[in-house]
Amino acid sequence: MNVTLVFLAVIFAIAAWWLSRQRLFSKPWLEVGHAHDPRPRGRPSIPPAKIGLGVFLAVVAALFSLFISAYFMRMASTDWWSTPMPKILWLNTAILALGSLLLHAARVTAEQHRDEASRTAMIAALAAGLAFLAGQVFAWRELTDAGFLLADNPANSFFYMISGMHGLHILGGLFALTRVIVKTRTGPMGERAVLSITLCATYWHFMLAVWLVLYALFSGWANDFVELCRSLLT
Amino acid sequence: MVDIRSGTGEEIGPAEVEDVELYHPHSWWTRYVFSQDAKIIAVQYASTAIAIGMVALVLSWLMRLQLGFPGAFAFIDAERYYQFITMHGMIMVIYLLTALFLGGFGNYLIPLMLGARDMVFPYANMLSYWLYLLAVLVLVASFFAPGGPTGAGWTLYPPQAVLSGTPGGKDWGIILMLSSLILFVIGFTMGGLNYVVTVLQGRTRGMTLMRMPLTVWGIFTATVMALLAFPALFVACVMMLFDRVLGTSFFMPAIVEMGEQLQHGGGSPIMFQHLFWFFGHPEVYIVALPAFGIVSDLISTHARKNIFGYRMMVWAIVIIGALSFIVWAHHMYVSGMNPYFGFFFATTTLIIAVPTAIKVYNWVLTLWRGDIHLTLPMLFALAFIVTFVNGGLTGLFLGNVVVDVPLSDTMFVVAHFHMVMGVAPIMVIFGAIYHWYPKITGRMLNQAMGQIHFWVTFVGAYLIFFPMHYLGLIGMPRRYYEMGETAFVPASAHTLNEFITIMALIVGAAQIVFLFNLIWSIRHGREAGGNPWRATTLEWQTPETPPRHGNWGKELPAVYRWPYDYSVPGAAEDFIPQTEPGSVGHAPEGAS
Repeated sequence: MNVTLVFLAVIFAIAAWWLSRQRLFSKPWLEVGHAHDPRPRGRPSIPPAKIGLGVFLAVVAALFSLFISAYFMRMASTDWWSTPMPKILWLNTAILALGSLLLHAARVTAEQHRDEASRTAMIAALAAGLAFLAGQVFAWRELTDAGFLLADNPANSFFYMISGMHGLHILGGLFALTRVIVKTRTGPMGERAVLSITLCATYWHFMLAVWLVLYALFSGWANDFVELCRSLLT
Repeated sequence: MVDIRSGTGEEIGPAEVEDVELYHPHSWWTRYVFSQDAKIIAVQYASTAIAIGMVALVLSWLMRLQLGFPGAFAFIDAERYYQFITMHGMIMVIYLLTALFLGGFGNYLIPLMLGARDMVFPYANMLSYWLYLLAVLVLVASFFAPGGPTGAGWTLYPPQAVLSGTPGGKDWGIILMLSSLILFVIGFTMGGLNYVVTVLQGRTRGMTLMRMPLTVWGIFTATVMALLAFPALFVACVMMLFDRVLGTSFFMPAIVEMGEQLQHGGGSPIMFQHLFWFFGHPEVYIVALPAFGIVSDLISTHARKNIFGYRMMVWAIVIIGALSFIVWAHHMYVSGMNPYFGFFFATTTLIIAVPTAIKVYNWVLTLWRGDIHLTLPMLFALAFIVTFVNGGLTGLFLGNVVVDVPLSDTMFVVAHFHMVMGVAPIMVIFGAIYHWYPKITGRMLNQAMGQIHFWVTFVGAYLIFFPMHYLGLIGMPRRYYEMGETAFVPASAHTLNEFITIMALIVGAAQIVFLFNLIWSIRHGREAGGNPWRATTLEWQTPETPPRHGNWGKELPAVYRWPYDYSVPGAAEDFIPQTEPGSVGHAPEGAS
C-alpha cells in the first residue's frame, strides 16, 4: 500500500495548504458583520467545473494508485513472469501524446478566436483517441496470439485489467469530447466553449500522464526505482 | 468580556452573487422523478435508503430468531443464515447509512445551509441518485437469483466468497453483490463531486469556511474521505470479479475444492483485506463525521447555547478524517501480520481517540448550564452521546492487539460495532429527521408517536447490545449458525440470547410507529411555520417552507455571523439568525 500512502500524503499536503489559507484559527464568534471572505469579490475566480474536474482527477488518481499498489503487492509472489510489451504500444503512446498536443492546440486557437482551427484540432484529437483505443485492442490481440492469456499469469491479468481500465477512462473522455464538438459545431466560440475545451485538454493530459506511468510499470522500468525506494525504506 | 469587532455590514460586499443558471423543470416527471433539484434528490435518496434499510431490519429479525430459538424455524437453514448476515451488514453500512447521510442529508442541507440555490452540477446529482437506485435494484435482484444472495459475510473475504461452499459463491450472488458495489461507487462519486465543489464554490457572500455549521463541516470532510476511500472498494470489487468470472488469480491462492484442484494459484487473500479495509475503516468515519456534525447542531439549537469550542470541533473533524486513513490494519490483527505493524496500527488507533474525546467533551460542555429543551431531536442527540461513548470505549479495548486477539471472533465485536456505528449514527439520523422534517414538509412530526419511538428504540437498543458484550466475554463466537452442545457456554447464555431476540423484535416493531408517523404527519401534522426551533442557520430563514426550487427569493442571503449565536446577552431573542447584520450583545461566555 506504499504507493497509495505516498499518493495520500500528496493529497493531504494539498488539503493542508488549502486549509491553512482558510483562517482556521479565526474566532468566528467575535467577527459579527465582518466577512473576511478569502474569495475574491464578484464572480468566483475559478469556475466550479474546473474545481470539479480537479477533484474528479484526484479520485481517478486514487483509483490508479490503488491498482498500482495491488500490482506491487502481487508482484512479490513467486508465480510472476513479466509480460512482454508489444511494440505497437510505442505507437499508441505517441498517438495519445499527439491527442494531448492537438487538444492543447484546440484550446489555444479557441482562446484566439480561431474557431475553425480549433474545431479541426478537436476532431483530429477525437480521431487520435479512437486510434489509441484501436491500437490498444491490437496490442491485446498481439499478446493473446502470442499465448499470453488473461488468466495464465498475474502479470498478464494486471496488464489487461489496468490497461482496460485506462481505456475505459479514455472512452469516457471521448464521449465528453464528442459532446463538446457537437455543441461548438456552429456559432462563434464563447467563454463556455473555451472552458469546455480546456477541461477536455486537462483530462487528456492527465490520462496521458497516467498512461506513461502505467507503461513504465508494465515495461519494468519502474521496478528499479521501486527497488531503490524499498531499500531506502527498509 | 471580549470586545466584539462589529461591522456595519458593508464589509460583506454586495449580496448579489452571480446567480447560477437554474434548471427549470417543465413537467411532473422532470419535477418530481427525474428531478435535478437537490431537495427532491435528497428525499429520493432518503426514501430509497430507508426502504432498503427496512429489508435489512427484517433480515436482522430472521438472524436473531435463529440465534434465540435455534432450529425453531425450519426455513432458516445455515446457508440462509449466512445470506441474512451478509446482506444485513452490507445494506446497513453502505446502502443505508452512507447513502442516507451523504446522499440524503448532504443533498438537502449543503445548498440550504450555505445559501446556495442548488448543487453546482445538478445533472450529475440526478445521475448519482439513479445509479444508486440501480445499485440497490441489482442488490435486491440477488435475492431472486438462482442460489440466492451471497453469504460471504459483509467483508466478502476471498477465497471463500467465490467458492462453492459459500452461498452464492458459484452462483449469481457474489457477482450481483460486486456489480452493485461498483455501481454504488460510480454513483457516489458523481454525488460526492457535487457536495465538495458546492462547499468550495457555492457558498453565499459572507459564508466563510469558519462560519459553516458543523453539519456541513462533517458532511464535507466525510465526502472528501469517501472520494478517496471508495476507489479502494472499487478496485477490490473489480479484481474479485475478474477472479470469479474470468479465472484470474489476484486474490485466489492455489486451492483444492471438493477434492478438485482449482485453476487459481499464487493469489493473495491478504491483499484483498488491505484493499477492503483501506476503504472499510474510513467508511466508519464517513458515517460518523456527518453524525458528529449534525449532533453538534442539534445540541446547540435545543440547548439554546453556542457550541463549545467551535474551532476545536472543526479541527477535530479534519484530524479524525486524516487519521482514519492510517488505521485500517487494526481490522487485520488476526490475519497473521507482522507484530510491528500491529503495534503501529494500535498506536494510530488509540491516537484517534484524542480528537474524538475532544468532541465528546465539547458536546457535554455545550449542554453544561444550557437551557435544555427535551425535544425529540435533543433526546436522540443525548442518546447518541451516551451510545457513542459506550461504543468508543469498547473500541479502545479492541484497538489493543492483545485484547483484540481473544475477543476478535466473539459477540463482543458485534456488540462494539453495533453500538458505535449502528445504534449511534441511527440515533442521529432519527434526531435529524425529527429536526428537519418541519422544513422538508412544513409540518411537525407527531410528538406522542415520537416519544414512543424514542424510548422503545433507545432502551431496547441497550437491552439488545449490552448483554451481547457479556456473551462475547464468556467466549460466545460470532458468525456461528448454532452453538450446539458447548461446554463453555452456560445455559443462562441461551436464555440471554432468547431475551435479546425478543428485544430485537420489539425495537424493530417500534420503527413501524416511526414510519407511520412520517407518512401520517405529512397531512395531519401540526403546521410548523418557517422556523419552529428558533434556529440560527440559513435553512430556517428561507422565504418559503418547504423551500421552493431555487431555495431563496430574488436575492441570495448574506451572512453576517457564525451559526451559533444562541442566548447572546443583550439580544432581544435567544437566537440571532446568521442573516442578521450588525452587532448585538456581547461575546457569549464559554466560547474558546
